Amino acid sequence: MHLTLLAFDWALLLEKAVLILIIISVSLLVAMYETWGERKVAAFMQDRRGPNRAGPGGILQPLADGLKLFMKEEIVPLSSSRFLFVLGPGLAMLTAMMTSAVVPWSSHFHLWGRDISMQIADVNIGILYIFGVVSMGVYGIMIGGWASNNKFSLLAAIRGASQIISYELAMGLSIIALLMISGSLSLRTIVEQQQAHYYYVLVQPLGFLIFLICAFAECNRTPFDLSEAESELNMGYHLEYSSMKLGFYLFAEYVNMFVSSAVMATLYWGGYDIPFVNDATLAQHIGQNPVAILQIVSLFAKIIIFIFFFMWVRWTIPRFRYDQLMKLGWHVLIPLALFNMLATGAIVLWRG
Amino acid sequence: MGTTQLLFWFLSILAILGAILVVTSKNPVHSVLWLIVVFVAISGHYILLDAQFLAIVNLIVYAGAIMVLFLFVFMLMNLNADTEPQKNRWLKIAGVVTGGALLLVLVAALKKADLKAQMAEMGKGDIGLIHNLGLVLFKDYVVPFEISSVLFLSAMVGVVVIGKKAEEDKTTLGSQKYGG
Repeated sequence: MHLTLLAFDWALLLEKAVLILIIISVSLLVAMYETWGERKVAAFMQDRRGPNRAGPGGILQPLADGLKLFMKEEIVPLSSSRFLFVLGPGLAMLTAMMTSAVVPWSSHFHLWGRDISMQIADVNIGILYIFGVVSMGVYGIMIGGWASNNKFSLLAAIRGASQIISYELAMGLSIIALLMISGSLSLRTIVEQQQAHYYYVLVQPLGFLIFLICAFAECNRTPFDLSEAESELNMGYHLEYSSMKLGFYLFAEYVNMFVSSAVMATLYWGGYDIPFVNDATLAQHIGQNPVAILQIVSLFAKIIIFIFFFMWVRWTIPRFRYDQLMKLGWHVLIPLALFNMLATGAIVLWRG
Repeated sequence: MGTTQLLFWFLSILAILGAILVVTSKNPVHSVLWLIVVFVAISGHYILLDAQFLAIVNLIVYAGAIMVLFLFVFMLMNLNADTEPQKNRWLKIAGVVTGGALLLVLVAALKKADLKAQMAEMGKGDIGLIHNLGLVLFKDYVVPFEISSVLFLSAMVGVVVIGKKAEEDKTTLGSQKYGG
């Protein structure tokens, strides 16, 4: 037994472990500075200055906020079920992080005689994996809301869960149209096809729009943050939470935003492709490693644009009413997505 | 014992433990959560068998959608262990007898089975990959596949009909304002 256990490809294992560590740290770092960016964007839109006390331009504000959350008193309500109460925020964070495993962050580095792929797992069901993780993401909200043993939390949790389930349908249908064109579920293959031809947003504009709206709903962002409607439900599903458990819920939202921006960029905007440049010829001129770095920069530029868009919408559009939200999901987005699917299928058949 | 087998034993123990806890948990919400653990473990088994599509669909449909509906119902009904009505004693005895009979049949059936020949291929074989699965479904079994989708459609129409009826009742009561 001990002999076969040692028969792993240890270099591969080490490579993946380091990659996972880097991606998780970067996700958390980005999420941290998203909170800062959100406040800066809000301030800009409302003609204020935003956080500007901690460090130049308030750059240290997220650290101060994090420290504050850690130092606060941790309260677990007596009538809650303790294990589930702790499990809720952990699950929310876990599912937020797990999606990043199938996103290709760059082509590959060539170091120490090895090609190091910048993707944790290139599984041939990449998109379905994302859906699987997203559908598990409901439990973080539901378990937390239920375990709090508070009517407002429970109502908010059920609101949030039914919203996520409803919009998952339209999201899946909009993706099917994309899959008809790409013919592959692997995110890396989809990016490579876009590198060779054109960005899929050009052939799937309606699908992208539906996906974008559903991504807003899946992240519980305004205008779909019904589960946190403070005027109706106090704080929503994390009403009873305090200290870093609350921090986890708030943080998971920002990680979700980062990862869904990455997924949108990958599926519809060419992922790590450098726009207007043929990456393969560039690699022949300046070498593979600099190109890989440039590709990471390119992907992050796309992600930051999407994150800005998330914030822009949040500070522009007011919240939906709950029946409007459901009507939009079931009566508008799903028929539109079905129409998009049929139209795409017809065109694919027609062009043979 | 390689990694595959280690994973197999881990997942099997997890699945069986979860299944036992589904039955023995007093709180129905805990039961549902353990059932989710069982589904995740079974999805792990599917991955070991290289049936990745089945694994992820099992997660999305069963663990992700159906169990959420179960949770909805249980959470809203607020079933607690102490409010659960005590069952009739004869009902309990009947349950034990029928369960025991099922166990007997299962053991008798499995005792005959040749375990060595029934060993599933792990980590090899590509029948479960999505490409091959799609080819099989849409070439060899296209008629059963289409018929089952018609079945789903009829079920969906049925649900819509039932849902519509409830809504009409609501309008007569004049409380449709916040419905939906």
